[in-house]
Amino acid sequence: MSHATTAPHESHDHAHYPGGILRWLTTTNHKDIGTMYLLFALIMFFVGGAMILAVRVELFQPGLQLMQPELFNQLIGVHALVMIFAALMPAATGFANWQIPLMIGAPDMALPRINNLGFWLLPPAALLLTLPFVLALFGVGDGAVATGWTLYAPLSVQGGLGVDFAIFSIHILGISSILGSINVIVTIFNLRAPGMTMMKLPVFAWGWLITAFLLIATIPVLAGAVTMLLTDRHFGTHFFNAAGGGDPILFQHLFWFFGHPEVYILLLPLWGLIPHVLATFSRKPIYGYRAQVYSFIAIGLLSVIVWAHHFFTAGLPVPALLYFMYSTMSISLPLAVLFFCWIATMWKGSMSFETPMLFAQGFIVLFGIAGLTGLVLADVAADAQYHHSYFVVAHFHYALFAGGIMGVMTGVYYWLPKWTGYMIDEKLGKLHFWLTIISFNLTFMPQFFVGLAGMPRRIPDYALQFAEFNAISTVGALILGFSQLLFAYNIWKCAKGAEYGLPKAEGRAWEGGESLEWELPSPPPHHSWETPPVIK
Amino acid sequence: MAHTNAGSHDTHYFVPQPSIYPFILSGGLFVLAFGFILQMNKFGLGPWLMLAGFGTILFVLYNWFGKVIHESQSGAYRDWEDKSFRYGMIWFIASEVAFFAAFFGALFYVRNISVPDLLTMLPRHDFTLYPEFKDLMWPQSGQGPKAPAFTPMGAWGIPALNTALLLTSGATITWAHWALLKNNRAQLNLGLFCTIALGVVFLGFQAYEYHHAYSELGLTMGAGVYGATFFMLTGFHGFHVTLGAIMLMVIYGRSLKGHFTSERHFAFEGVAWYWHFVDVVWLGLFIFVYWL
Repeated sequence: MSHATTAPHESHDHAHYPGGILRWLTTTNHKDIGTMYLLFALIMFFVGGAMILAVRVELFQPGLQLMQPELFNQLIGVHALVMIFAALMPAATGFANWQIPLMIGAPDMALPRINNLGFWLLPPAALLLTLPFVLALFGVGDGAVATGWTLYAPLSVQGGLGVDFAIFSIHILGISSILGSINVIVTIFNLRAPGMTMMKLPVFAWGWLITAFLLIATIPVLAGAVTMLLTDRHFGTHFFNAAGGGDPILFQHLFWFFGHPEVYILLLPLWGLIPHVLATFSRKPIYGYRAQVYSFIAIGLLSVIVWAHHFFTAGLPVPALLYFMYSTMSISLPLAVLFFCWIATMWKGSMSFETPMLFAQGFIVLFGIAGLTGLVLADVAADAQYHHSYFVVAHFHYALFAGGIMGVMTGVYYWLPKWTGYMIDEKLGKLHFWLTIISFNLTFMPQFFVGLAGMPRRIPDYALQFAEFNAISTVGALILGFSQLLFAYNIWKCAKGAEYGLPKAEGRAWEGGESLEWELPSPPPHHSWETPPVIK
Repeated sequence: MAHTNAGSHDTHYFVPQPSIYPFILSGGLFVLAFGFILQMNKFGLGPWLMLAGFGTILFVLYNWFGKVIHESQSGAYRDWEDKSFRYGMIWFIASEVAFFAAFFGALFYVRNISVPDLLTMLPRHDFTLYPEFKDLMWPQSGQGPKAPAFTPMGAWGIPALNTALLLTSGATITWAHWALLKNNRAQLNLGLFCTIALGVVFLGFQAYEYHHAYSELGLTMGAGVYGATFFMLTGFHGFHVTLGAIMLMVIYGRSLKGHFTSERHFAFEGVAWYWHFVDVVWLGLFIFVYWL
């Protein structure tokens, strides 16, 4: 009762900030919240990575050595959910929080308390996702969700306690994403510095803006789908049960209506970030700004009308197959525009190859492979063979590790000097880059081959003929996984730059940096752009 | 760096003080979800955890909104912040539209694809998956072997009346808004009161209709996919009407206290937009669930 009126002394002009842990629990500052998002993403990256290393070790040779199929199924599904929802998406939101206000000259995100809520919903959601593993140890339930991240009915209707936990975890993650998206949209629409028209907006902000629209359009559909799943499980409905007039394929439609745009949700913020990095280290302006913005919009629109290419083999009518094939392939046009612009940005530039630039280059090459193999999968006839094989696994890891995680690493190395005030350890960064890119290809390139040879995904055991490639893949995965400790160490080192004697970063930490964040000191003051800059 | 912001002379954007409420709210949501999972799977603690979680959420909402109202009344928000709230509310409603789209999508899918497919399987194939499916018109066709016989809900009784009620409530809230713009407080309060009353009567009718469906029509959530789509769509709509009515009551209370001016009344408009949104969803429901 009295709470509503206890704060009259709090004028918004003289702030008092709680210290210690309370600072982080209560913060309304976009930099604090961005830091929390990024650290949470890093922690969950290792959690999800540890899960899949266990899976890869099991797959080192045929037969079951390390775990039973039940645990295997749980690990692959939770690995995917953790990496997508608890690592990649929070990392991108961390970038948005830190960078969008700095880059558009805004004093903060538009709705700071909502922003804090968006972050603090993540730890409970991650807890819900992983708690069933722990509960199973105490004899409660049969472990985490074991359906794969796609939660296909009827398996998920029949699944155990873990499915319920996953459903509510997805609900809470969804609320978090929607709050974050609303914040991004409002910030970009309403808090741009005077003179910054939409067509002067940094490409990064454009990428995030389209992402935010996609999230608002599709996350609620996923929420609806898992709600129907919940009522099918516990309240007697027949949405996904043919015995009651429903259809399991309906779940696939609903899931992938979210799931395909989700790929672009994960990637668009990074496609927005890459041009900045390329321009900075080529010492040239971004090439084809308008073309890139229009491509983002085109990709955003196309991404919500192509979903059924994820289940070509489910028994769709032929006209639907053709429609989804052609619409899917048409995405390659705006994507090709992006690739062209990225390369043209570097063309005849005074290029230098600091760590973020290396990661950006790796991103372009490997993400190119993801795009080309995606075209192969979009072909209905070819997909009949490749569907549910390791070819698909390899394809989407080229998209989501090389395109997603390496994009995040590009951004982290690029902006760490801005955030911490110290330059990164280049030697360590380059070592991390080379270890990552070599072991990544060692891990996933063989999976294209076993996939083409017919090895199905999501199976803990396999035929003897796939043994060599799987062994190579597991060795690669172990190197890849443990190399990431270098990444964590490098971030730690940069954050404690003074103790490690790293050079201080200037405001314009990279000499070619042109966007607004480089006008501020490194690190920027707690409240930046309280007086907005004027653009031109 | 110049000191002018395009459009308004205030260059200082209101960034609120640190707040513990978001953190507590997320804790409350966790406890509520955890309790619900335990409850559905018949573990003991479920209801108590749900109660605790729900109580926590109510506590936070009361205080958080209280703080926002206090900030608003003390003049912390000006044109710049006001615009943020408007954008925020618009995109929040957009996400709600997408949520309902999932259930409408499911309805269209089962009516146009899965139920007709199940029916065409019947006589023409050697193997019949579900011979119990009868070649009937929707909605009985969505009955299936597992569901008991039921009578679908007619459109022209209570549902038509409910349509009239909600449309009228959309008109009364607009009438209240006009009053607010003209600073006519009596008409504002009356308009809000009528809107709330219409909303509550609507909910009463919905409750009666559910009772009627379960006790007399045999129409349950398990009554084939028709029952599933019927109750999920009308249920989530009813839930949103309930939320809207609570929001209206808060606005009504504030209006009685003399809050809102003809220039500055985002909260009123936000709630009005939300109310129109549930209104439009209802029209979709009336046409596609009850009528056609």
